[in-house]
Amino acid sequence: MEAKIIRYSPWVMHFNAGACNGCDIEVLAALTPLFDPERLGVKLAPNPRHADIIIVTGALNKKAAERLRRLYDQTPSPKFVIACGACAISGGVFADSYPVIARADKVVPVDVHVPGCPPRPEAVLYGIKRLLDKLGG
Amino acid sequence: MALVEIPIGPQHPALHEPVMLKVRADGEDVIGVEVNTGYNHRGVEKLLEKNSWVRGMYIAGRVCGICNAVHTQTYVQGVENLMGVEPPPRANYIRTIVMELERIHSHMLISAVMAEVIGFTTLFMLIMRDREKAMYLKELVTGNRVHADIHVFGGVKRDLDEVRRSRVLDELRRVEERLKYYRRVFETDYTIVRRLSEVGRIKKSDALKLSVVGPTLRGSGVRSDVRFEDPYAAYPEIPFSVIYRDEGDSWARMMVRLDEALESVNMIRYALERLPQGPAVPKAIPRTARPGEVFSRVEAPRGELFYHIVSAGGTNPYRVKIRTPSFLNVLNTESTYLGHRLADVPVILASYDPCISCMERVLVVDERSGRRVYMSLKELAQVGFG
Repeated sequence: MEAKIIRYSPWVMHFNAGACNGCDIEVLAALTPLFDPERLGVKLAPNPRHADIIIVTGALNKKAAERLRRLYDQTPSPKFVIACGACAISGGVFADSYPVIARADKVVPVDVHVPGCPPRPEAVLYGIKRLLDKLGG
Repeated sequence: MALVEIPIGPQHPALHEPVMLKVRADGEDVIGVEVNTGYNHRGVEKLLEKNSWVRGMYIAGRVCGICNAVHTQTYVQGVENLMGVEPPPRANYIRTIVMELERIHSHMLISAVMAEVIGFTTLFMLIMRDREKAMYLKELVTGNRVHADIHVFGGVKRDLDEVRRSRVLDELRRVEERLKYYRRVFETDYTIVRRLSEVGRIKKSDALKLSVVGPTLRGSGVRSDVRFEDPYAAYPEIPFSVIYRDEGDSWARMMVRLDEALESVNMIRYALERLPQGPAVPKAIPRTARPGEVFSRVEAPRGELFYHIVSAGGTNPYRVKIRTPSFLNVLNTESTYLGHRLADVPVILASYDPCISCMERVLVVDERSGRRVYMSLKELAQVGFG
């Protein structure tokens, strides 16, 4: 299967779709030396066209959701989406608010959900690892 | 030469936050910048009205993940006033410790982002590595890495025991050591000084006119700090000096932040050594407030954070208006980009320490017709001040 090929060096792109920054600083922390994601081949991609995995954080308001869809379409296949944090999974505390869509899987297909408010950097990496295991199996 | 319009964001590898800068450039020179926001609007103020006072604590904290404890502090100290409860001194000290830890990690984060923006990735990685020490301290005190959620009406949720207190004091030494090192790097490194000095300069008179706040204001030579002018929590009892510099450029702002972080280390140490005895965790949480309104302000890592809370009695707030520091710092400073090179735009933006999730409460969306009204920046500023 062609998706197998990305499991050696999945490049992640991080998109903040209306998060409170909590998840974003944890995703950022997960990509830095203490947690050392490069042992899994994980690297931050600057551009959707270079990315294999999109990490979505935040409660997705309508304006950001359009952007997320566009970024998803710009990413070459095979591509995978990780919904990171309570907001991207269910809306979190913002679930009832008027501008938010509140679920990343209403906009793009989500492969892995990482729960937490915010998830720890270890949890973010564990989510990526689970995704890679799924591909390699 | 032809005019080029370059969009920066909303997805950008260095900024990590959904803001869009439309930069009009003539060759390499910037002749116009338009800040396009709205990617992070979550309707926080409406949500606060719909939920009870107690739930509001968690929503206020989730306005911004980086400065969540100061958001909760501003909300809680305002509501405590309406509820007529007073936090015990020990709780005030613990709150102050958490807020100062947050200032350290926030200032380290923006120093790291600034290093990444100017292409100094090694420094970015090093600062991020050492920032984990500050995050660890925050986890020791509050039990959480990011969202502290330690405030509660009339106290804090979690007391600080002797073991953790001495551990924090111990670890603080290492944070201080690294902060001193990074301060030296930012002060002396040739690349950093060349990239940051004279970039995005704001004169003292302009800083007052543009009503910027926080390190951006203090970097322009104005000695203004809410902790000093209008002390709250345990700040009246903790000695500290207000850091300010006269240069007014991006470099001065970064130096103010790093000096402030070092000052915070001393404040935390002072607070931990003189932690008052007594209860800190309240036995019961009050749930109703008297009718009335309060203004509450706190010095967030980015500047003055301001809440206006109106109560009509009962269990829910009637109205909560939030004005965050980034709102002023990012939207009012469009003119400072002009005349600089294209490569300086991210540097200037990062030097204001933009916190987009804080400022996004201004997009007007007409739900039924699907029509969106973007207010012009002028209107936005007027709404913000009104």
